[in-house]
Amino acid sequence: MRAGALLLRTVPVAAIGFCLGGCQHGVLDPKGPVGAAERTILLNSLAIMLAIVIPTIVATLAFAWWFRASNTRARYRPDFVYSGKVELIVWSIPTLVILFLGGVIWVGSHQLDPYRPLASDQKPLEVQVVSLDWKWLFIYPEQNVAAVNQLVVPAGRPVHFTLTSASVMNVFFVPQLGSMIYTMNGMATQLHLQADQEGEFAGRSAMFSGDGFPGMFFTVKAVPGDAFDGWVQTAQGAGAALDRAAYAQLNRKTSFDPPTTYLSVDPHLFHAIVSQELPPQPGPDQGRGGPDISPKPGG
Amino acid sequence: MLGKLNWDAVPWHEPIPMIASGTVALVILGVIAWVVLGGHLPYLWREWITSVDHKRIGVMYVLLACVMLLRGFADAVMMRSQHAVAFKAAGFLPPEHYNQIFSAHGTIMIFFGAMPFVIGLMNFVVPLQLGVRDVAFPTLNSVGFWLTATGALLVNISLVIGEFARTGWLPYPPLSETTYSPGVGVDYYLWAVQISGVGTLIGGVNIVTTILKMRAPGMGYLRMPMFCWTALASSLLIVAAFPILTATLAMLTLDRYLGFHFFTNEAGGNPMMFMNLIWAWGHPEVYILVLPAFGIFSEVISTFSSKPLFGYRSMVAATLFICIVSFTVWLHHFFTMGAGADVNAFFGIATSIIAVGTGVKVYNWLFTMYGGRIRFDTPMLWSLGFMVTFVIGGMTGVLLAVPPADFVLHNSMFLVAHFHNVIIGGVIFAAFAGLTYWFPKAFGFRLHEGWGKAAFWFTLAGFYLTFMPLYVAGLLGMTRRMQRYDFEPWHPWMIAAALGTVVIAAGVACQIIQLVVSIRQRDRLRDVTGDPWDGRSLEWATASPPPTFNFATLPNVSAEEPYWEIKQRAREQNKLRDEPEYEEIEMPRNSPTGFVCAFFATLMGFALIWQIWWLVGLGFVGAYVTFVVFAWRDVPEYIIPAHDVALLDRQNRSARKDALSTYAGPAE
Repeated sequence: MRAGALLLRTVPVAAIGFCLGGCQHGVLDPKGPVGAAERTILLNSLAIMLAIVIPTIVATLAFAWWFRASNTRARYRPDFVYSGKVELIVWSIPTLVILFLGGVIWVGSHQLDPYRPLASDQKPLEVQVVSLDWKWLFIYPEQNVAAVNQLVVPAGRPVHFTLTSASVMNVFFVPQLGSMIYTMNGMATQLHLQADQEGEFAGRSAMFSGDGFPGMFFTVKAVPGDAFDGWVQTAQGAGAALDRAAYAQLNRKTSFDPPTTYLSVDPHLFHAIVSQELPPQPGPDQGRGGPDISPKPGG
Repeated sequence: MLGKLNWDAVPWHEPIPMIASGTVALVILGVIAWVVLGGHLPYLWREWITSVDHKRIGVMYVLLACVMLLRGFADAVMMRSQHAVAFKAAGFLPPEHYNQIFSAHGTIMIFFGAMPFVIGLMNFVVPLQLGVRDVAFPTLNSVGFWLTATGALLVNISLVIGEFARTGWLPYPPLSETTYSPGVGVDYYLWAVQISGVGTLIGGVNIVTTILKMRAPGMGYLRMPMFCWTALASSLLIVAAFPILTATLAMLTLDRYLGFHFFTNEAGGNPMMFMNLIWAWGHPEVYILVLPAFGIFSEVISTFSSKPLFGYRSMVAATLFICIVSFTVWLHHFFTMGAGADVNAFFGIATSIIAVGTGVKVYNWLFTMYGGRIRFDTPMLWSLGFMVTFVIGGMTGVLLAVPPADFVLHNSMFLVAHFHNVIIGGVIFAAFAGLTYWFPKAFGFRLHEGWGKAAFWFTLAGFYLTFMPLYVAGLLGMTRRMQRYDFEPWHPWMIAAALGTVVIAAGVACQIIQLVVSIRQRDRLRDVTGDPWDGRSLEWATASPPPTFNFATLPNVSAEEPYWEIKQRAREQNKLRDEPEYEEIEMPRNSPTGFVCAFFATLMGFALIWQIWWLVGLGFVGAYVTFVVFAWRDVPEYIIPAHDVALLDRQNRSARKDALSTYAGPAE
């Protein structure tokens, strides 16, 4: 048991050490409680399984080597074809591991359900997310501002995302904050995340959505609470208003859009997209993709 | 007249597809010219194209698979090199081209590489192992093969005429709907997969019927070799799951062609339902591929350990367990869609439960080796490489089955690394093990060992060098299907993966050289007895290559390892069994039904893609009439006279007698 506990503790450490430097910015370098909990589950599950996978690999190589035909010291036992004891062990080891892991899965799935609010003494910040072809729109209904391809959040405060898509499916994903979730037209999904530390984290779509897909990245800026208020004020003071006309302009096929902000937002915009009052993106005119995205040489 | 087809459909201005298809066209023309001018056409037509012999069809399936594996590998090379150079740059593949490549890569590798390989091996081996003369429906078998070839042909035509899908190997709506993919790419995908899917279903029905109804006298279910059990489980899954694929794609087709709204954004369509349905087929599909792979390893590990398979009944139980549970796990492909904690947890646990069955199998192989006398011929090396690689892939698979871990790994390069880990390390290694193992049975000579071992080591090393970096990239948050990226930490891993691809390419080259060298040295590598590996199941009881009728007299089975029993008795008594009384054998007649049917199916598929409706009608009627003509045939099957059977069998008996007289006890 002690060896098992030791293994549980050392293997994650070894795994972290293994990709030192390489794992910064990734899901093994979380900056919030959701990502941290998911990393723990990931590494624990890995450790549980490595505890039988490593011996299995070693045994495979050892058996193969020892029982090589040229080894005269190995005993040839052509009749060793069944053993109740071995069968018992063979069925029970994986079963026990899976029972154990099943517990991890059950508890983890419930604790980290994306719809479950995070425990916090602060009221969550509401953010509405719309995936467009091919950029991200973030609406702050309480602050009445919006931003494209940049998401500014106060560090240490939970964020409640409500997400939809104006076109095809996408997946909202900020590796260092944790859980991802699909965005789909005509419906809204939900997600709770929180950044514990200040910093800039890369975000992107995790679901292929067409030719402009690789340009669908955004930056998450986690800033102190007062800096967030400052950002809101700045945003409120510059740029254009996101009314239906501006949205129609935004909802055209473009990619690699620079971060921008809108000083105000039509309060029903998100609802209008989810309810399809604003129809989904109409798609390209021709079969070979929009001319802005991938010009066809000579055509 | 020609529907949507016109000269603009050919990508004249894009060098890569033009050069690639130009080369392929030259090779095909060269081969056709050689066949026709060299006078090989009658032979090819008589002995292969119209053959209904399960062995010939099996060989053609594997040949098709090998060609398609090469095509898919070319796509892989392009993707890996694109990722190596597309850091803060456009790379050499524009998105519209890159997106076709990853879609084609997945489609080709699964539907036209792995599937035909596995079905081909089942076709070749199962009747021989069961000790029977052919499959249950020989002509239908030929139809199944040629329809699969039709699908492969349509996918490759898309390289030159039009475009292939840019929606991934499973065309998720709404992206794959006409609104967002108005081109013919998705239509190519749909008709290629639909037509070859019919072929696969036919193959599955055939193998299930053969196993259930046509075993040699005395071969009860629990005396069947492990490969037959896995072939049965896999074919049952085909019969159960492929109709789901057909129905799902038919619904998408209705959306695209007739303006239905099954999966559209608007008018009550539900794109999530497509994912639900496609994975209800898609996850069993994984086991359709990997179960026969497990069967191959069972045969190989037992043969080369000179021992029966350890825990045979346990293995049968584990196979059926996997077969059934594989239908209860599909939701793990979209844990991140917000299904809710209870649902996610249920499917997560169901998924990891499958690992119990797989774990049991791994341990049983381990104990098959325990107490054995292991010979490290190429098939055994592939098997050992598999055991080590597959447990790693299985582990990352269970990791992805843990929903909170999947929440950060879904659709990432970690996932890409995982499924290549199990499909290459499981299915492809098995395909190569099976190819080397049964090649002498099919052609009468072994493959060259040196080149085979070189191919194994290059492939194994290249696999780790390519896919371990992809695991890391996934942990760094890299998602799949990106034509370019600007994120610095991924770049070194993409370069490493590209280098790995070079090593795999060396492995591929070794395989090709191995084939050429083996054919040139075939006299030295000749297998005269029909039992080159000291085998244990019935396929080794007949000559290599086996006569059309497989067995001069159907063997009587009285134990789990029928041929090993026969061989041991012969060794103890130092003589072969007495010569049987030969009788005439009735065998099915060759039939061009499959080929002609597939010809019309190709016309129909192509016409449907380009909406050339008169040709659709012509193709459909042609294919249907071909069936009717075959069904109304009024010719008897042909008879092989008893003395011809005797002649062939005596040759093999004399070779075996020579081998027996030089047998000096079990190998040291």
